[in-house]
Amino acid sequence: MLAYLIRRLGQAFLVMAVMATIVFFGLFAVGNPVDLLINPEADLAEQEETIRRLGLDKPVHVQFGFFLAGLAQGDLGTSFVHNRPALELILSRLPATLELAFLGILIAVVLGIPLGMIAGLKPEAPYSKVIMAGSVVGFSTPNFWQGLMLIMLFAVFLGWLPAGGRGDTVDVLGIPVSFLTWDGLSHLILPALNVAIYKMSLVIRLTRAGTAEVALQDYVKYARARGLSPFRVVGVHVLKNILIPVVTVLGLETGNVIAFAVVTETVFSWPGIGKLLIDSIGLLDRPVVVAYLMLTVFLFVMINLVVDIGYSLLDPRVRVKGGRS
Amino acid sequence: MTKTTLTATALSFGVLALGTVAQPAFAQVLTAGFASEPSSVDPLYHNLGPNNATRKHMFEALVGEDASLGIVPKLAESWETSDDGLTWTFNLREGVKFHDGGDFTARDFLYTACRIPNVPNSPSSMSGFIKSAETITAPDDMTIEVTTAVPYPLLLTDFASFGVVSASANGHNGPVEYSKDGCPGIDSYLDSNAYNDGTATIGTGPYKFVSFTPGESVVVARNDDYWGDAPYWEQITIRPITNAGARVAALLAGDVDVIEKPPVQDLERLRNDPKVNVVQGPSSRVIYLHFDHVGEPSPGIEGADGKNPMKDLRVRKAISLAINRPLIVDRIMGGLAVPARQLVPDFMRGTDPDIALEEPDLEEAKRLLADAGYPDGFKLVIGTPNDRYINDSKIAQAVAQMLTRAGIQTEVDAMTASVFFSRRNNYEFSLYLAGWGASGAGMASPLRALVASQDKDKGLGGTNRGRYSNPDLDAIIEEALSTVEPAKHDALLRQASRIVVDDVAILPLHFEVTPWALRAGLTMDPRADQHTVLTTVRPE
Repeated sequence: MLAYLIRRLGQAFLVMAVMATIVFFGLFAVGNPVDLLINPEADLAEQEETIRRLGLDKPVHVQFGFFLAGLAQGDLGTSFVHNRPALELILSRLPATLELAFLGILIAVVLGIPLGMIAGLKPEAPYSKVIMAGSVVGFSTPNFWQGLMLIMLFAVFLGWLPAGGRGDTVDVLGIPVSFLTWDGLSHLILPALNVAIYKMSLVIRLTRAGTAEVALQDYVKYARARGLSPFRVVGVHVLKNILIPVVTVLGLETGNVIAFAVVTETVFSWPGIGKLLIDSIGLLDRPVVVAYLMLTVFLFVMINLVVDIGYSLLDPRVRVKGGRS
Repeated sequence: MTKTTLTATALSFGVLALGTVAQPAFAQVLTAGFASEPSSVDPLYHNLGPNNATRKHMFEALVGEDASLGIVPKLAESWETSDDGLTWTFNLREGVKFHDGGDFTARDFLYTACRIPNVPNSPSSMSGFIKSAETITAPDDMTIEVTTAVPYPLLLTDFASFGVVSASANGHNGPVEYSKDGCPGIDSYLDSNAYNDGTATIGTGPYKFVSFTPGESVVVARNDDYWGDAPYWEQITIRPITNAGARVAALLAGDVDVIEKPPVQDLERLRNDPKVNVVQGPSSRVIYLHFDHVGEPSPGIEGADGKNPMKDLRVRKAISLAINRPLIVDRIMGGLAVPARQLVPDFMRGTDPDIALEEPDLEEAKRLLADAGYPDGFKLVIGTPNDRYINDSKIAQAVAQMLTRAGIQTEVDAMTASVFFSRRNNYEFSLYLAGWGASGAGMASPLRALVASQDKDKGLGGTNRGRYSNPDLDAIIEEALSTVEPAKHDALLRQASRIVVDDVAILPLHFEVTPWALRAGLTMDPRADQHTVLTTVRPE
């Protein structure tokens, strides 16, 4: 198990190194951030002075050398725009995104799995058809359009929920969270729904397919024949056997939401890391973009690891390789 | 039965009472949706639109600029210049207090000037605004004396451009002595983070700093000891809502009371919405085309035998004649622009009222092209950003079609601003579209930046990425920039403007008109510099 973990972490660092290098040189090729950051009124001498001050006058390999030297000391660089360490900047935005992602996934799971199972157990029932039609709409309409429709319906026409922003937060162990106050929660619901709809549709379809298949298998029939209650048959014997694909997909999707909730965060002005990324790319704020993508790679590797471990808990036949064997 | 009715009545009265109590308190809080957020609340960190607009709520400059960028007294009540134009004396306003209760004196201005070139990691420094000052001294607490090496007419505009910070709040007690080469006795300066967390965010403005949460909000509260007119709103919250559709939705949902930059295509609908009030005003921002005056061959030009047709006045003239500016204003800008031929609008300093708008004339354009040796035209590519100015790439498309009709087969190369400005500064376009928001200096602002020859030592031609160079024009601009007497200064600017127009050095298309959308019942003063300053928002 330990060897396995070490190998996975080693892979993670390799991918992070490759990613950082590509992004560093890629952004250098796109342009010079000072062209964007500086006031156009600045004369040529000031422009050169600013480029020098931010260390952008040096050849790219020298800049990359500085970056590596900083990295060796755990310093991912300082944002050109915000004058704060890039990692600190990202971490300060992370709680908002995590909150959004987890609530979104929670909604998707809590609603998606039961709906999918209903549709799988009674495929011919009219309500199953409604569920399936809804799921098609859910994953085939664009995310930003769903977001705007949610805003139009719940914020503009009905006036029940705010159209965006984060609302009041409460500090829990020094981390600001929204879901503990009504104001915060009301700001969180729409963006979380926006994140949830697509995932929920996915979960419904995966669950339905799995349920339809599993429900016909011998052990389910046997369980029924033994006189087990329908709740136990469905809730334990069927559910446990359809979860593997759902967990796989949700794992990947969780990573996706955390790293790239750009659309939702932009539409709802949600101050998370996705919005930070898109703003930073727009301003060529290289330290932030590089640090962000390194963090993202790390996150994805970790999530995959958790998913793999989750498999072995759900299905004893799947054993994590490289262990004591 | 009676009892129930009574209770119900009492309840409803209670609710009513609550409503009436809550209503005025609610009405005194203003929430605004900005299209982009300040990178810091440090007024001296980043010379950028959203930063400067936010700054104006909390920090004041020595002199102010009114809505059409005319100079008005602010922290200085009055000022005079010496006869040789080299010495400026500012008399400071008495009784101005900082938000921490400290008195505003000349010392604070000197400290501000000391800090400007020394803000750590500033991505765009304010140092250009004090560069012309040779010495800044304080003969007494309420007087500031500034000397310049040569007469400099734009000192007031420069001094209107940065907010004055408190020396004490920056941890400096005792006297301050300003020197161009670093102020003696001050070894280090606070960085922008000390402002972002509120430690040093102490100004003299109508609003006090409350909080800054990047990506979320800037909150300011009324300064009850403000020296000027009492501010209307008790509290103002500025929220960055970068997506235009989301900004409109937030206004319609009542989340925010005012938004900047409502999308042009939504304006008609917003105007017809009884819940919304749209306010608009002319801006000093000109949208222009700049020619490559040097490259030979010039990038993107084909079919000209390796020559650069842009260097030929007849071709530039033909391009100007081929473009129908009123049509662009009408069809592309939805009326939210004013056709331009000079670089700043009429209400600013230095425009020549005798220069008429160009009448489009396709036949004359074709004749001029044939004259210049291009009877069959040539191929041209216009470079343009597609996310920087109102409808920027659409304007470029329209220009391309108009030029193609005149025989110059034109394509548009549209790209995001980060790519565009880097490529432009590498001289990769033979014709490009960009915008220039003139400062209160009026015509002098675009003249020295866009068309004066590039000269690092003189500080000219900083954004002249067409590399236009005309010694006669340079001489006049330089003379204007060292003539303090307003009438003479303006006459020189007019003369320079005529040369720019006659030589088609650059091609102004139109001036943007800036819209704001507010909830019905509110209004505000539109500013020519396009800054959203919420202190003027008030009930109609």
